[in-house]
Parts: sequence; C-alpha cells; structure tokens
Amino acid sequence: MATSAHKHPNYMAIFWWLAILTVVELAVVFMPLSKITIGVLLCALALAKAALVAAYFMHLKFETKTLTWIAFTPLALAIMLMFILMPDSFAVAKKTEGGKAAATAPAKH
Amino acid sequence: MSAATHVSTHAVEPAETPLTPESWGKLGMWIFLAGDAVGFGVLLAGYGIMRASSADWPNPYDTLGINLTAAMTFLLICSSVTMVKALEWLGKGDRRRCVNYLLYTAIGGLIFVSLQAYEWTHLIHRGLLINGNPWGASLFGTTFFLVTGFHGLHVSGGVIYLLSIMRWVLNRPDPAASYNAVEIVGLYWHFVDLVWIMVFTFMYLL
Repeated sequence: MATSAHKHPNYMAIFWWLAILTVVELAVVFMPLSKITIGVLLCALALAKAALVAAYFMHLKFETKTLTWIAFTPLALAIMLMFILMPDSFAVAKKTEGGKAAATAPAKH
Repeated sequence: MSAATHVSTHAVEPAETPLTPESWGKLGMWIFLAGDAVGFGVLLAGYGIMRASSADWPNPYDTLGINLTAAMTFLLICSSVTMVKALEWLGKGDRRRCVNYLLYTAIGGLIFVSLQAYEWTHLIHRGLLINGNPWGASLFGTTFFLVTGFHGLHVSGGVIYLLSIMRWVLNRPDPAASYNAVEIVGLYWHFVDLVWIMVFTFMYLL
C-alpha cells in the first residue's frame, strides 16, 4: 500500500506556515517600502507558499526526482515566456509614453 | 487463446511506473497538472506583460479590495488541510471520516466559488467590466475576469470531482481500493490552492 510512514508530514504545521505567510503578505503590501522591494518580497512569499503546498500537501518532497522536474517545467516555461515577450512590452510602453509622458509605465502600480 | 484472454484482462497496467510506483493515475494527474500549470503560467505572464506595457493600469488593491479575497485565500488553505485529513483517515482505514473530510473540502470549494460570485457581482456593479472600467486600462478588467474566472472554473470542476470521488469511496468497502483515487483528487485540489496563491499575489496584492 501507498501508506508508508514518511508520507505523513505535520500537516498542521504546514497550515500555520501558510496562514502566517499570508498575513505577512498582507502586511508587506502596506509597509512603507519601495514598490520594487514590495514586489520582490511578495513574489518570494508567494513562491515560498507554493513550494510548501507542492512539497508537503502534494508530497512532491517524497516522490522521485523526475516528478519534481515535471512539476518545475511549467515554471521554467512561464519565466522564459516573460523574457520572450519583454522586448514587445517595452516597445509598446515606449510608444505610449509619447502621449502620456508623465506616466512611465513599468514603474507604475 | 483462453490463456491469452486471461492475461489481457488482468494485465490492465504494467506492474509499476518508474515515476509513481503507486499508480499510473498519479503520473497521469501530474502530467495533466503540469499542462494546466502552463495554461495558468501563460495567463499570468501575459497579464504581467500587458500591465507592464500599460500607462494607466489601476492599482489592484485599491480598486478590487483585498479583505474578502484574503479570507477566500485562507478558506482555500483550510480546504487543503481537510483534503490531507481525508487521505490520512483513509490510510488508517476509516472510510467514514474520509468521506466527511472530502465533504468539508467540497463545501470549502463551494463557499469559495460563492464568494467569488459575490465579489464579481459587487465589482461589476462598481463598473468593472470585461471591456472597460472607470479607473484606467480596459485590459485590467479583461485579465481580471479571465484569470480569476479560469481559476473559479477549476474550483467548480474540483467540487464536482471531489463529490464523485466521495461516491467512489462510499461504494468500495475496502479502504485500500480507493486510496489512489483520493490521493489523485487531492493532488488536483492542492494544485488549485497553489494556483490561487499565485493569482492572489499577482492580481490583488502586487
């Protein structure tokens, strides 16, 4: 059967971590920090939460390495896509800048 | 001939997969989820690119409000916990508790979609439409409804999936016979939770 001992991590501990990280995320939004810092912090917190869910709730930590590679493929593809589309994005931002010089697009939130 | 028939009916699947020794179904779900994750990844990457190239993107947490969605996030995390509890109890041979926890998970999902429907109605009344809004770039509404809607559909599908697996467990007296099915629905449910963590961060908080 698939019920070996290593398959039961402390789920409640993971739950509390996820809850605490969510509260931290909400706190970060209202912190007097620069937009970039807040952005980086939020991305890091979201990835940490996602990693907790995948590793423990989805048992990825206890599966074969190859399965982890399968799970990471979409993340790699999404990041590649961002870089592929970025030049277009900057081009559009530059074009619209002419009309609205005051608003520098990428920094705006 | 009869020997061949005998073999073919019993060798439904090779003994084990190299990646998920428990079942082929689990590998199948992982591959499906990887594909689904590409779908969400593309949507979120597209969202980021459109937002970065827009000069008048509204501030999400001012316009959308994050109190309700923070509660929805918490609800989905709770439903993930009831999901692992369902599998845990089934592993211990307690089908009744497993079915109860599957039901709690499905109810959590149902409340989540209901709150989302409430949120959408509220936002539509305030003027957020799929093709325009009072605050700025019209793509703000387009991407919002597309991404949260795609996720909401996943939750709705997940509720139906959970309820049918509940029936599956009820129909099988031997707990071991439904362990794989419950584990696989769990993978799907946790994935939906994981995606919401991303959507919440990128579409509401950032």
